[in-house]
Amino acid sequence: MNYIDIHAHMISRTTDDYERMAIAGCVALTEPAFWAGYDRRSADVFADYFDHLTDFEPKRAAQYGIDHYTWLCLNPKEGEDRDLARQVLAIIPEFLGKPNVLGIGEIGLNRVTRNELATFKDHVALALAHDQMIHIHTPHLEDKYKGTKVMVDTLAADGRVDPNRVMVDHAEEHTIEMILDNGFWTGVTLYPVTKTSPGRAVDMIERYGTERICVASACDWGPSDPLAVPRFIMEMRRRGHDEELIRTVVYDNPVAFLSQAQHFHQPRERAVVAAT
Amino acid sequence: MVTNVIGCPLTQRQLIDELFMEHRTKVLDIAAFLDRLDRAAAQDAEDDFRLVAFRETLRELTSAAPGRVERAQMILSDRTIEPLAELDRKAAYGASIRTADGNGAGGAA
Repeated sequence: MNYIDIHAHMISRTTDDYERMAIAGCVALTEPAFWAGYDRRSADVFADYFDHLTDFEPKRAAQYGIDHYTWLCLNPKEGEDRDLARQVLAIIPEFLGKPNVLGIGEIGLNRVTRNELATFKDHVALALAHDQMIHIHTPHLEDKYKGTKVMVDTLAADGRVDPNRVMVDHAEEHTIEMILDNGFWTGVTLYPVTKTSPGRAVDMIERYGTERICVASACDWGPSDPLAVPRFIMEMRRRGHDEELIRTVVYDNPVAFLSQAQHFHQPRERAVVAAT
Repeated sequence: MVTNVIGCPLTQRQLIDELFMEHRTKVLDIAAFLDRLDRAAAQDAEDDFRLVAFRETLRELTSAAPGRVERAQMILSDRTIEPLAELDRKAAYGASIRTADGNGAGGAA
């Protein structure tokens, strides 16, 4: 089955992973800007990173027929540094015209501090000023509920934000309802230990339906699985769901959300090498 | 407000036939973890906020009411709403060191 992984940090994956994803049916993916595992020292490093995301990665993906898109920002884990945030936000506009840029992301909160929230609001203002879509990271583990609530409340109180153009990602059982009820799109992240298993993701689909819900691997430099979406497809089949419903989640929904971005083009569908 | 429920196509019997074995092993892993804590070289963390939340979560699993996973998630969550004045650490613990009234919970991490 053709699918789109709406969250994959391919800079930290090998070219072999692109090949395996293509074999499994991946036709497009989106790569939000994220934390490198260490705090970067200057905006120049971010300029190099954004250059990588808008030049090298799309070429690497194209070798395997995968359309590569990206979101740009300073990641929430670095949002505490307000001076660095101001410097990085100042250089982002020069990259927004690149053909694979979808918008601003993954912005958000990490430990939910005042500075992180200020940096989050600055990113939202940047997105609005440039008519960009927004991709939001919600915090990990015990911080998820608080961080999601703070951001949802912040955006809901801002009359300028169209929730239909915002993805509030990494939803779990205790946050998905508040995200959907406020009109946002959401993503369920198939990531071992710290996020959601395929089984729990299927549970959420059964309980909340398919409207404005996507799934993604969020594969990165941690223990993670670039084939997590095909594993979700297998779990949906094991749980008795039909192909049309599965396709809605893994292909039609990402296309519907991402098509609101100026640079997104519906990927060419192709025969899958490996049946999933 | 949930308006788009799909539901589970499988019967209880089908779910048990398909999923029992993999959940059986998860339960045994938890039982073994609790036994391991009892056998630990020192009994020095019974008030650790993570273990306290873990035990409370286990009690929730025996509830007869649906919604166990949401309630378990909330037991393991920071239920305060006010942003922190400054960054305390980069990574999350997995359970909240703060109680709902904003005070720190017991134990060390």
